[in-house]
Amino acid sequence: MSAATPLPLDAVCSLDEPAAHRRLRAVLEQGLPLTPRPWKSLAEQAGMAEEEVMACVRRWQADGMIKRLGLVVRHRRLGIEANAMVVWDVPDDRVNEVGRRLAQEAAVTLCYRRPRRLPDWPYNLFCMIHGARRERVLAELAAIAERLALGELEHRVLFSTHAYRQCGGRYVQEGVA
Amino acid sequence: MTLDDLDGVDRRMLNRLQDGLPLVARPYAAVADELGIDEGDLLERLERLCGGGVLSRFGPMFHAERLGGGLTLAALAVPEADFGRVSEAVNALPEVAHNYRREHELNMWFVLATETPERINEVIEEVEAATGLPVFNMPKEEEFHVRLHLPV
Repeated sequence: MSAATPLPLDAVCSLDEPAAHRRLRAVLEQGLPLTPRPWKSLAEQAGMAEEEVMACVRRWQADGMIKRLGLVVRHRRLGIEANAMVVWDVPDDRVNEVGRRLAQEAAVTLCYRRPRRLPDWPYNLFCMIHGARRERVLAELAAIAERLALGELEHRVLFSTHAYRQCGGRYVQEGVA
Repeated sequence: MTLDDLDGVDRRMLNRLQDGLPLVARPYAAVADELGIDEGDLLERLERLCGGGVLSRFGPMFHAERLGGGLTLAALAVPEADFGRVSEAVNALPEVAHNYRREHELNMWFVLATETPERINEVIEEVEAATGLPVFNMPKEEEFHVRLHLPV
């Protein structure tokens, strides 16, 4: 197959066989090797054909089991140090709408609705904003709040001051939960 | 390695690859072609960035819950004097994926990733037993989709 050839639509994915399923997941867990035909290298390790590995990955993407194929940048290593978790107390009847709009903002890297834990924790919408410096993150937040008219919503900015563990869990992307 | 060690091509490459790799037999050649460089150059740059610790992972990102596992965000209000002891106790658990100190009364925020959803509650009990502090468990109820992309 050439670089640009898409996968044949009839390529077979035999994941109904549990042992093959487990083997493939185990090799995918290591990530993609930096070789010209990475799926072929993984296929050899899993004892499968290249086309089959790609078909399985495509099916897992369609099913949502694989969220994306790409890379994770360790932003702290690049000096993008300010990592703010912004939490909002949004009336229940507006929270999904506000969440959807926040998620569309380029600076927002994660956005989730979570349960309140009253009386200590009244916040039900969480989003992450990353930036090189705190002032930049706060300026970005102010711009977003103005654009989306969120000024009246009670919110807090929780900057992280230290990461004790990053990327420990194999399947867990940074900041994702 | 810091941002200053990246040249213009590195940055374009990182920005492009955060959008994902095409599912083709030679994905690096396809991306190199888009960037106007050759495959060998792209692979060398990636090797260098992995070696420099800038990239932590390359390849499929699995969705933990759809794989049958459990995932949650949890927080503790840790007295300042106990912070070291508590962070050691929490980080000793293999299910703790990330742990951040944050500026709030709830000052320790960690992600738990478990093999099964049921295991989340057991691990929370383990954290409470090990630290003597109540855990605020805040699993996601809804995810609003964003583009996962940090421009460099």
